[in-house]
Amino acid sequence: MNNSRLHTWPKPFRPRLSAQLSYRLHSLLAGNRVYRWFAVFLETHPRMYRSFTAVEKVSKERLFGCQMCGQCELPTTGYACPMTCPKQLRNGPCGGVSAEGRCEVHPDVHCVWVLAYERAAAAGHADDLDLLQRPVDQRERGRSSWVNYWQGRDEAMAAVAGSRPTICAKRDMAAT
Amino acid sequence: MSPGVAPGGGLKAALDGGRFAVTAELGPPRGADPDAVARTAAHLRGWVDAANVTDNQGARVRMSSLGAAVLAQRHGVSPVMQLTCRDRNRMALQADLLAAGALGIPHVLLLTGDHPRLGDHPEAKPVFDLDGVQLTWLARTMRDDGVLLSGQKLTVSPQWMIGSVENPFAPPLAIRAERLSKKVAAGAEFAQTQYVFDLGVFGQWMSCLRDMGITQQCAVLAGVGPIRSLRMLEFLRSGVPGVNIPSAVEHRLRSVPSDRVGEEGMRLCAETIQQLQEIPGVAGVHVMAFGFEHGVPEILERAGLARRANADAHSVATGSGHAD
Repeated sequence: MNNSRLHTWPKPFRPRLSAQLSYRLHSLLAGNRVYRWFAVFLETHPRMYRSFTAVEKVSKERLFGCQMCGQCELPTTGYACPMTCPKQLRNGPCGGVSAEGRCEVHPDVHCVWVLAYERAAAAGHADDLDLLQRPVDQRERGRSSWVNYWQGRDEAMAAVAGSRPTICAKRDMAAT
Repeated sequence: MSPGVAPGGGLKAALDGGRFAVTAELGPPRGADPDAVARTAAHLRGWVDAANVTDNQGARVRMSSLGAAVLAQRHGVSPVMQLTCRDRNRMALQADLLAAGALGIPHVLLLTGDHPRLGDHPEAKPVFDLDGVQLTWLARTMRDDGVLLSGQKLTVSPQWMIGSVENPFAPPLAIRAERLSKKVAAGAEFAQTQYVFDLGVFGQWMSCLRDMGITQQCAVLAGVGPIRSLRMLEFLRSGVPGVNIPSAVEHRLRSVPSDRVGEEGMRLCAETIQQLQEIPGVAGVHVMAFGFEHGVPEILERAGLARRANADAHSVATGSGHAD
């Protein structure tokens, strides 16, 4: 097998920004009326939308290894991106993590969910990992997750495990 | 007329009856050979409550788990159909789950799956449209709410029992109990574990599960298997992700003459099963002996696990289907 090909699969990325700082930055991005208006504005101006999305991609790629899934899970994973897992697991680590905490597909790096747990736990957010994360909407790949977030589109992305939720996001949104 | 599985038997019956359950692995053949499944089923029939029919195990192509599960059922072994997210998107997964329901497959085991990198087609496109937790959650929604992921209603809901897997030995150890708890919240009614060689770590994990009340909601079957040679020991240590073999086990196998390693591995496996039976909350064992299915009865016998009570019913019942 040619090892040089391994890079085409997602590879766990160690975030360049601390979890603490990331949680604080997130509060600056929290949805409000202005951001919402801005998001609607961007979507009606395709060239502006493309530029904005390019900025989001570059900054999040450098900081978190962002794969542009368009539905950002970072706030509930200690700001370690689960889409950098070669299996793109959204709900926690697989069973193939080595005893040293390394990824089974890329043994030269740590499992991104090991990083997620360490970062979330250190910041008092370990419970976030218990949330049930719904399947990714593959249509959103390459789109701006901030624009989606500000318009509340990812509110049904996760559910509290204890409430016996349905996996169907549309039904949940209709119910609330 | 081929023998089939008596309705109402299988893993569910064993667990409902409070018996220490036994499952084993039945690896489908690399070929369109129905007799290979029949031969493996014959080794296991009467000794296990159900057999896991693996889904391209180790990311190596074999007969599909659905096809082999139907064959196993025809030959008197109650199948646990494994289904992974590696090779199918959400549409294909739901379609196969419906087919399994229609064909009367009594149990499904839902996993993420090994990455193609480790298998025989590393150039394949890894799908992973869903993860194992989401697939478990989807199955529960299909069965209990009678809808697809799209929200569309099913005409008839499938009735299989839902299983999952967990590895108590993979980091981060601190969340491995929560991780099973999450799978139970998603719908898992039974769970099989990675090979248990480290009873200390396993015991701690079980204790967490008991404290969380998980063992009340989900039957935990501990994974076991014989290490039959030093080559296999090395393979498990370095070739299979997530297997943890403590140095005491390694030392024990290395300290016997090389022609006795197989025997020592069998003995170790039987002893482990006996020790697992003493741990509160362990509902059964899952014996993984890929390519060595004919040795499973001997392991179980050495561990003091008798033939299943309904074994005769299995071998004489006809495959007439769903007569509850």
